[in-house]
Amino acid sequence: MGLLLAQLRRDLLLVARSRIEAANPLIFFVLGVFLLGFGTDAFRASSAGAVWTLALFANVVAAEGMFQRDQDDGALEQLLVHARPLFAAVIGKLAAHWLVAGAPLVLLGPLAVFVHQGTLQGSGALAASLLLGTPILAILGGIGAALTVGTGRGGLLLGILVMPWYVPVLVFGVGACTAAETASGAAFPLLALAALLAASITLAPFAVAKSLMISQEY
Amino acid sequence: MKGGLLVAEKLSCTAGQRHLFDGLNLVLRRGDLVEVRGPNGSGKSTLLRGLAGLRRWQSGRVERYGAIDYLGHKSGLGASLTPLENIRYRQRLKGRHVDANELAAAMTRLGLRAARHERCAALSAGQRRRAALAALLVGGADIWLLDEPLTELDEAGADTVRQLIAEHRDAGGAAVCATHVPLGSASGAPATVLDLGATA
Repeated sequence: MGLLLAQLRRDLLLVARSRIEAANPLIFFVLGVFLLGFGTDAFRASSAGAVWTLALFANVVAAEGMFQRDQDDGALEQLLVHARPLFAAVIGKLAAHWLVAGAPLVLLGPLAVFVHQGTLQGSGALAASLLLGTPILAILGGIGAALTVGTGRGGLLLGILVMPWYVPVLVFGVGACTAAETASGAAFPLLALAALLAASITLAPFAVAKSLMISQEY
Repeated sequence: MKGGLLVAEKLSCTAGQRHLFDGLNLVLRRGDLVEVRGPNGSGKSTLLRGLAGLRRWQSGRVERYGAIDYLGHKSGLGASLTPLENIRYRQRLKGRHVDANELAAAMTRLGLRAARHERCAALSAGQRRRAALAALLVGGADIWLLDEPLTELDEAGADTVRQLIAEHRDAGGAAVCATHVPLGSASGAPATVLDLGATA
């Protein structure tokens, strides 16, 4: 637990020192929301889908930098040599990543819908699905970032790699928003997201730790 | 084994298509200093990375009986954090208590007192190296794995490194250093030289 908190604290401090860079995914998200047809009927019909797609891309943008800087300055080597158990530090890193690139979207998503539609109808389901879904995106992005950190040209590869993993999250996330309008309610898609989240929180840190070890084999 | 900190048996290593070394044996006891020599590309850094656990061996095994610390070519310090913040974080990573006095003494020892609240990005390469050595000094590891520790350092800095290694050995620690120049102090016990150029 101490290791987790130490890593979380250090990563958040790094973010506080380079705010502009950390804000990039959020700027991308906000710009995207406004560029995708302010107030048009098309956006109204599919606002949840648009918000979810933007959240997904914002996460790919953010995931790229997750380990790259640590790799460049050698902090990643030190993490791998010293952190025991490694997955605890990895969880700290993923948590910091989500707090910066994922958590704000939970508020910004419903806000975007409100700005466009002038009503908060359906934003409860959107907020709930984003709250459950964005950590999954952050965690899956973390696996992709760990796998591509040694390749030098991570950005494009990372996108191609993680997009398919994001699809189920997108399906259930948007599904929750549309189901909320119907009689069946959003319970099933939200439970599915919760299950995916539980699985990724428990399994992904080991995958990330292993991928990071492999990235150092040169 | 009595006083043994690290035992490596029959290590073989290849990098890409290149064969680096084969059947390398290494025993490190308390107080030992092993200087790994050899021309560029002979596998000095690779050997240290392997001993640090950052890389697997093609064959052979390594057993460690003490905590290790590794200083590679990269300082391992976050550029937008200060040396102090970096070292505090490193201590927590190792699960060590952060002792402010010990930390201050290490900073003074390495001539970083004035720079301790500057961001590492604003420091010179030599100062960053000194900060990394300060982290080593307070790290409390038995085994130091140092990859060309004198890089970027001035004369005084190089002398400090030699002293630190000598003190570390006196305190019962051991060090494996990739280096092109001798690192043993005049007064201390002689260093063991492991020449990778000779085994290749």
